[in-house]
Amino acid sequence: MPKLTVKGLIYHHFGPFDLIIEEGETVSLSGSSGAGKSLLLRALADIDPHDGEVLLNGESCQSWSAPEWRRRVALLPAESQWWHDTVGEHFQGSLAQEMLEVMGFDGNVMSWSITRLSSGEKQRLAILRLLQNKPKVLLLDEPTANLDPESSKRVENLFLNYQHKHGTAILWVTHDFEQGRRLGGRHYRIENGQLDLIASGDKP
Amino acid sequence: MNVIPLTAFDLLLTSLAVIFLALLSLPLRLEMASQIVVAALRTTVQLLLIGFILKWLFTSAGPGWIAVLSIFMLLNAGCEVSRRQKRKFKGLWGFGIGTLSMFLTSFPMVIFTLTVVINNQPWYEPRYAIPLLGMLLGNTMNGVSLGFDRLLHNVWQQRQIIENRLMLGETWFEALTEIRRESIRSGLMPTINAMMAAGIVSLPGMMTGQILAGSPPLEAVKYQIMIMFLIGSGSGFGTIAAVSLGARRLFDSRQRLHLERLT
Repeated sequence: MPKLTVKGLIYHHFGPFDLIIEEGETVSLSGSSGAGKSLLLRALADIDPHDGEVLLNGESCQSWSAPEWRRRVALLPAESQWWHDTVGEHFQGSLAQEMLEVMGFDGNVMSWSITRLSSGEKQRLAILRLLQNKPKVLLLDEPTANLDPESSKRVENLFLNYQHKHGTAILWVTHDFEQGRRLGGRHYRIENGQLDLIASGDKP
Repeated sequence: MNVIPLTAFDLLLTSLAVIFLALLSLPLRLEMASQIVVAALRTTVQLLLIGFILKWLFTSAGPGWIAVLSIFMLLNAGCEVSRRQKRKFKGLWGFGIGTLSMFLTSFPMVIFTLTVVINNQPWYEPRYAIPLLGMLLGNTMNGVSLGFDRLLHNVWQQRQIIENRLMLGETWFEALTEIRRESIRSGLMPTINAMMAAGIVSLPGMMTGQILAGSPPLEAVKYQIMIMFLIGSGSGFGTIAAVSLGARRLFDSRQRLHLERLT
């Protein structure tokens, strides 16, 4: 059964787009800025109004409340936001030590003040925060843009491990063609309101 | 004991102070000279007008006219609320939400006070009803416009935070928790401060007026305490209603933030 199904999606003046991302599949997406990549992710997460259908396991977006949908179809924005004073207040309950270690943090990070975080640290914590919701579909808006190569690899591996464990469908926006290749799977390019398949990748 | 009547000449004498302020603002380049004059003229004309209206209401008008004047005051307060916002709702939403919130809180409180507390015959006797409503509306209007202004300003500035919270599966209500709290607080502060300072820093206007008119100070004080309770709670309820309704209007049925509903 396909995980994420997009039928005739129209948002702002982009589309209509059709796209199916299977369980456990990673689809990467590139395109020049302003081509509508981020807006596509926002429409899929139902943050922006849109026409057409988005389905999760055959069930329409409308059949869930908006917050329930966004927990399942989770969007990681290019720039994460932090509104409380400390890291820990942004997390519900505690986080598995192992997850923190994978991302290169020690147990004290939860008591850190937001103001001392680097942009890379913010991004890695934002990923952990998002994964706490146990999403079924991940919509990632250039998740490694602010990271050094080593952290980038870590983030890629974290997502792929999570995907391996939970069968997550991933739509990964990237500027980096190499990264697209590394991720495997299909690679689309969005240009002039069209979604073009430019690499069919290896099937999951 | 009766109040000493003021003549037009007495008013002219005190207006000299305002004229002097307007003149002083010229070398200071406050660029407010015309505003000061206009404000002073508006005060004079508006208050004289309401004086004549009240005089007529007290002697000859029935309950229908009292209702008309009350609605007129409410609609003016509504206009004032939407006029004071830096960011506004498009269309009539700001006016509508502000007016509705003030109507839902001020009118029941005034009616309750007139019928149960003061227990006058008839309860709508304008000598009590109109000043009570005026004081309640004036203070509620301040609270509502402060709370509203803070709400719209903060939502405008924190758009990305609100949307990130929505992306994490928070409801619109949760995503606005802090903003709503802060907006309501800022609407409530002036009346709380007024209650704190009453009697030791400031002598409230109504009480002062009653004393000037010859009421025994303790009677005037009791009325003032009642008024402070009314305007304190009334402006609080009005602010809570306006901020809650305004916050709801910023989101659609799928809990998406719609900043294009603001200007």
